[in-house]
Amino acid sequence: MIVRILGEAQFDVPDTDRSTLDDLEHALNAAVEGNDEAAFASSLAALIDAVRRTGNPLAPDSFTSSDLVVPFSDATLDETKALLKEPGGERA
Amino acid sequence: MGVMKRMSGILQAKTNKMLDKAEDPRDSLDLSYQKLLENLQKVRRSVADVTTAKKRIELQATQLQGQADKLQQQAKDALGQNREDLAREALARRAALEPQLTDLQTQHQQVADQEKKLIVTAQNLQTQVDAFRTKKETMKATYTAAEAQTKIGEAVSGISESMGDAGMSVQRAQDKIDSMQARAGAMDELLASGALTDLTNPVDDIQAQLDQVSATSTVDNQLAALKAEIGAGAPAQIGPAEGEAPGGPGGVPA
Repeated sequence: MIVRILGEAQFDVPDTDRSTLDDLEHALNAAVEGNDEAAFASSLAALIDAVRRTGNPLAPDSFTSSDLVVPFSDATLDETKALLKEPGGERA
Repeated sequence: MGVMKRMSGILQAKTNKMLDKAEDPRDSLDLSYQKLLENLQKVRRSVADVTTAKKRIELQATQLQGQADKLQQQAKDALGQNREDLAREALARRAALEPQLTDLQTQHQQVADQEKKLIVTAQNLQTQVDAFRTKKETMKATYTAAEAQTKIGEAVSGISESMGDAGMSVQRAQDKIDSMQARAGAMDELLASGALTDLTNPVDDIQAQLDQVSATSTVDNQLAALKAEIGAGAPAQIGPAEGEAPGGPGGVPA
């Protein structure tokens, strides 16, 4: 699956690592829901680290859409919450 | 739905706004290429904006630091003249500048980070521009209209997503600069009004008092020298002669 880290690059993460990302994303979701700034920063850092570690960076000329998108590596909780209210970010 | 999927939806929504629906999908390659070039220009302009904001903060920090150094020197001078009260006042003002300086340093770090990231974004986009220029011609030549529909659609979506990402990066940098400009404007006003420190007036009140102290001691020294000189010769008559009646010799007696 293709994962984009906003402001950086796209990575091809093997499907076998999906559950690792899922676990890390649960922590990130919980931090956003619980309004926990410290937990947000640490879970975002862990998620980004996992994407970089397990994924292969895509060549710039691959021109592929992403399946998942990770916030900017230095995003704040407030900024992310504001962004999630924008069109397309509905919880569904 | 998790944060990553929602983020993907947001990026998708931004991307869809950018996509032009061309009759022939092969035309959409040229349209996307045009947009990519415009996007690159936008990112470059944003890099220039961030650099300007960074320089403004640097200038303010230099001004404030200069004032802090000056107050430190004044405190030293005051102590040299045994004016502990003035030294205390100078150090107190210097301490009041510290949080402002720290704040400017934090802002400077943030702007420098934004600058670095945008430069990378611009470089990535430039790479994509170069690659897409070649690829779009190959695709136009290779695919039939039917094949083009899907293959080109994918490439265009991919390139639009990159532009959406770059657009978000630019917006983010702009937001940060805007909030900093407001603070920088307030800081400029404070600096100009002299509320923090008076940078425009070369002689501030502490300096005036220090000068006063040194002027007084110069007069004292000169006075002492004069007294010594006179003491060596005959005592001098100072003031009107004793015994002379007020009103002068031509006065009418009461």
